[in-house]
This record gives sequence, structure tokens and C-alpha cells, in this order.
Amino acid sequence: MSSITVSARGVYQTDEDFLSEVFADSVPKSQVVWLKGELRQSLSDILGHDYNGLRIRYWRDQNKSVWILEEIGKEQPITFGVVISKQKVEAVKVLAFRESRGDEIRHPAFTQQFEQVTLDGNKLDRQIDGISGATLSVWAMTSVVRMALYLDKFTSS
Amino acid sequence: MTFKKTALAFSLMTAIGAAQAATPSNEEIWQMLQKMQQQMAEVQQQNQALKAENQTLKNKVDATEQTAREASATAEALAVATEEAVKTASFNANKTSIGGYGELHYNNLEGKNGASDLDEMDFHRFVLFFGHEFNDRLRLFSELELEHSIAGDGKGGEIELEQAYLEYDINNQHRVKGGLFLMPVGIINETHEPATFYGTERNPVEKNIIPATWWEGGVMFSGQLAQGFSYDIAATSGLSAKDSKYKIRDGRQKVSGANAENFAYTGRLKWTAIPGIELAATVNYQEEFGQENSNGFMGDAGSATLFETHAVIEQGNFGLRALYATWDVDGSGPKAYGSDEQTGWYIEPSYRINENFGVFARYNEWDNQAGNSTDSEYEQIDLGVNWWPHKDVVVKVDYQDQDAPAGKEQDGINVGLGYQF
Repeated sequence: MSSITVSARGVYQTDEDFLSEVFADSVPKSQVVWLKGELRQSLSDILGHDYNGLRIRYWRDQNKSVWILEEIGKEQPITFGVVISKQKVEAVKVLAFRESRGDEIRHPAFTQQFEQVTLDGNKLDRQIDGISGATLSVWAMTSVVRMALYLDKFTSS
Repeated sequence: MTFKKTALAFSLMTAIGAAQAATPSNEEIWQMLQKMQQQMAEVQQQNQALKAENQTLKNKVDATEQTAREASATAEALAVATEEAVKTASFNANKTSIGGYGELHYNNLEGKNGASDLDEMDFHRFVLFFGHEFNDRLRLFSELELEHSIAGDGKGGEIELEQAYLEYDINNQHRVKGGLFLMPVGIINETHEPATFYGTERNPVEKNIIPATWWEGGVMFSGQLAQGFSYDIAATSGLSAKDSKYKIRDGRQKVSGANAENFAYTGRLKWTAIPGIELAATVNYQEEFGQENSNGFMGDAGSATLFETHAVIEQGNFGLRALYATWDVDGSGPKAYGSDEQTGWYIEPSYRINENFGVFARYNEWDNQAGNSTDSEYEQIDLGVNWWPHKDVVVKVDYQDQDAPAGKEQDGINVGLGYQF
């Protein structure tokens, strides 16, 4: 679904390649969580606005769940791939970046800060150091990671 | 069928049994056989009816399965189409974007030893951004600002076009912009939305030395040389000395009928490879700071060179900003006034108590006549707090202690209210 508005510019990895990489080529069948009622409200609280879409597709095997989510940085949607294992972030990656500024968030030096992060209430359990000039992209990634952790918990229960 | 054969055999046996008990006549046997034949015909008829009913049911089940499959496919198609429609609508809406920021200031400063008091409430800046994506590679960005609330003849305010440029992505690493844009220098010149910095007023060093907010018309190439290592290089309109004080800030022509007989060139390198750390340095070269300005003043000044460097560090709750900037202005005019060197620096440690509160302290020093021994140096200490009720909204309170030349002082409280969207 996330490939609808992806242009050639700034697509660093396709959804399919990301999934193959995470699941070592045995990608489980995708599942869907419908965004309604309390779940939609909780995601709105995390993002500060409504999430565009009726449902979210995800992939889960015995060890991990994978979420491909979009959030606006300044003006354009950024596509993130988030891997959650045991309710902690295993990895986060920028799959597509369409803004003209702030793509430093895709560098490993920044994304590594999210490894092993979990939720403390609705917030992340540790401070993420920002990048000067990329504040809005940093906020987008932080929100998406919170959202993925919440969705993982919601769909596990 | 097995059941029916069994029933028939049982009837015969019963009949034989009965015959043995009381031997029926031929007529009776004939009637019995007739009756049995009739029963068999009825059973066969029922069987046919059941078969037909069974087939009808099977057909119905198949039809229901087909309908369910079709309904599921329709629901899937509907969900996909709705999601695509929402995304397309939002993508189209996002092609033109609107944003802005604003800040209301209250200053209550007491002047000593000849310095003036300042008791003022001022809506310092009301700014609107308009952007438009022509396509994936080409975009427009503009910023229109109303300063001090009312503009016009005899009014204290101004309407200013601070940015209006087209930007084109050459490839994923490099881009070029043309038009009117903010100069790539300092910490607050390009990013100055009120929620992004401490202190009600922008720091006096960048204001008086750099001079922020500083924009020019021209062309600029920007891009990445390596991960977290970027450059900007620009050729633009230049500054033009306003009067014989040769103060850099007064030399801004604001791209308003600006004299472009001589150009200026700017280069910046910025390093942000470690999250929370920015190190940058800018050099700006003005071909002719003494070029004739719109008032007809033509200075005895030659070229001018700015060197600026700064660090922005944010690690956990601690923050630190430090900046140094200096101008070297050629020519007999600036030399005579001491403005051949204009220099300043500041250091600003801060601590974020939580998501909503932060405190800071800042020491500033600047001198627009550092080229001679005249007492012309300013020192200012700021202490204050920012309260963010929302990440895009801020309330600021700070205390300033300013020591100006000739023993003058201007001390007091500043209060600010700001927003961005």
C-alpha cells in the first residue's frame, strides 16, 4: 500500500526487498489491522493527527512483527520500515524519503538510537538526540516508532 | 435404497407370517401386493423429491460461496480504492503548502547612565509561508513577513519578502536554488521560528554581526559530500554601506532595488554526522561593501569578508550553542571609524527539564567598531525559561543585563509568546 505515492526519487528500498531482508526470504503472509474505535483514537494521540488509511498491513512470525508506515515530515510522506521483537525496536529504516530536507534521519548513526527502545506509557523510554536542520523528520520517525510499538502490543494482545 | 429393500423384505415376511397364521386368500395377497407396489412408488417419489431438494440446496450453497467471494473481493477493492483516493487527495493537497509563525514581545527594560528605557508591547513578527511542488524535482518556497504589526508611511512596521525561491533537485545529493533566499550562515538566520530557540529576542550577536535575518537574491548550490557532511555555495547580491559608520547590519539592501554592480560569494560546510551535534563554518566575500546605496551614499570601502563558525550540541537534556563571527572590511572609511573589524561571539548552555520546560543562560559580546580602541563593546547576559505547552507553541520569560559603551546599561525583563505551524 505504501508504494502508491512513491516516486523514483528517494526510494531507498522497496517494501518487498525490506521484508525479504528482515525475514530472510521466508516472508509470512501479511495480516491486517483495521483502524477503528479506540485504536484509531490512540494512533491519533500518538501522531497528533488522524492516520490516513482504513487499515494497516503487517507481517508477523514467531519472533518479530514488521510495520511499514508513513508519516509526513514537513510536507511529504516519509515511508518507514519498523521491526519489533519482544515489544522492543529491533530496527528502523527509511524506505522512501520525498522531502527536500532532513534525509539525514536515514543514516545508521541516527537510526541506531532506536534499537531496543520500548514504550513507557505512550512515550519512548529514552531520549532521542535530534539532527540540526532535520527536526521535523526526526519528529516523524519518533512518532512512527511509537506507533509501531503500540500496534505490535495491540495486535499481540 | 438398502433401507427400502429391508422394509420390503420385512413386509413380505410379515405377510407370510400372517398367511401362516391365517392363510389369506389369493384376493388378499393380490391386494397386499398392490398396496406394497403403491408404497414402493411413493418411496421412489419421495426419493426423487429429496434428490431434487438436495441439488437445489447444493446450488444455493455454491451461489452463496460465490457471492461471499465476490463480496470479499469488492470489500478489498473498496478498501484499496478508498485508501488510494485518500492518499491521492492528500498528495494533491500537499502540493501547495501553507505555514507560518508569529511572535508577540513585551519588553520592560530600564536604561541607566543615559541609555533609554524600553516599555513596549510589540507583535514583532507575523509570517506566512507558501510553498508549491511543481513536480518531484522542482518547488517554490516563499516567506512573507509583517514586522511590528502595521506597515505604511509613518508606521513602525514593514512588510518584507524574506524568501521566494525556486529549488531544483539535480540528483539525490545535489540541488540548486534561484531567487531570494536566506543566507547560509549562523544558527538562527535560516531557522528562527520562535519555538526553536531560547530567549524572547533573537541573540544580539547574530543580529548585529552576521547580520540576521539576512537574505539576498542570487543562485545557490547545496548538497551532501558524504553522510552528514554538506555544503552550500552561493553567488548573490551584496551588502552596501548605509553611512559613514559602515555598520554591517545597516548594509542590508533586502533585494529591494539593490545595487548589483558588485556581487557577493558565500560558502558553507556543515557537519552533522553524529546525532545531536552540528559544526559549521561560513565564509562570505563582498566584492564592494562601499557600492552606492539607494540613498546615494558611496562609501570609501572596498571588499569585506565574513568568517563565521558555530557549534550546536544537544545530548540528552543538555544543550549548548556557541558562535563566533567576524568581519574584515577594507577601505579608508571603515578604518577611520574602527568598523574595519566587526566581531562578536556568544555561548548558550541550556537544560531541558522535561518535554515542556527548558532553562538557559547566554553570554554575548559584540563590537561593530572593534578596529580601534574606542569604547564600543557591548556585553549582555541573558537568563530565562521557555515553556512549550505544545511543541509548536512557546511562552518565554527572560532577564537581560546589558552593558553598553560609555557605562550605559539596559537591564530588565522580556516576555514572549510564539507559535509555528
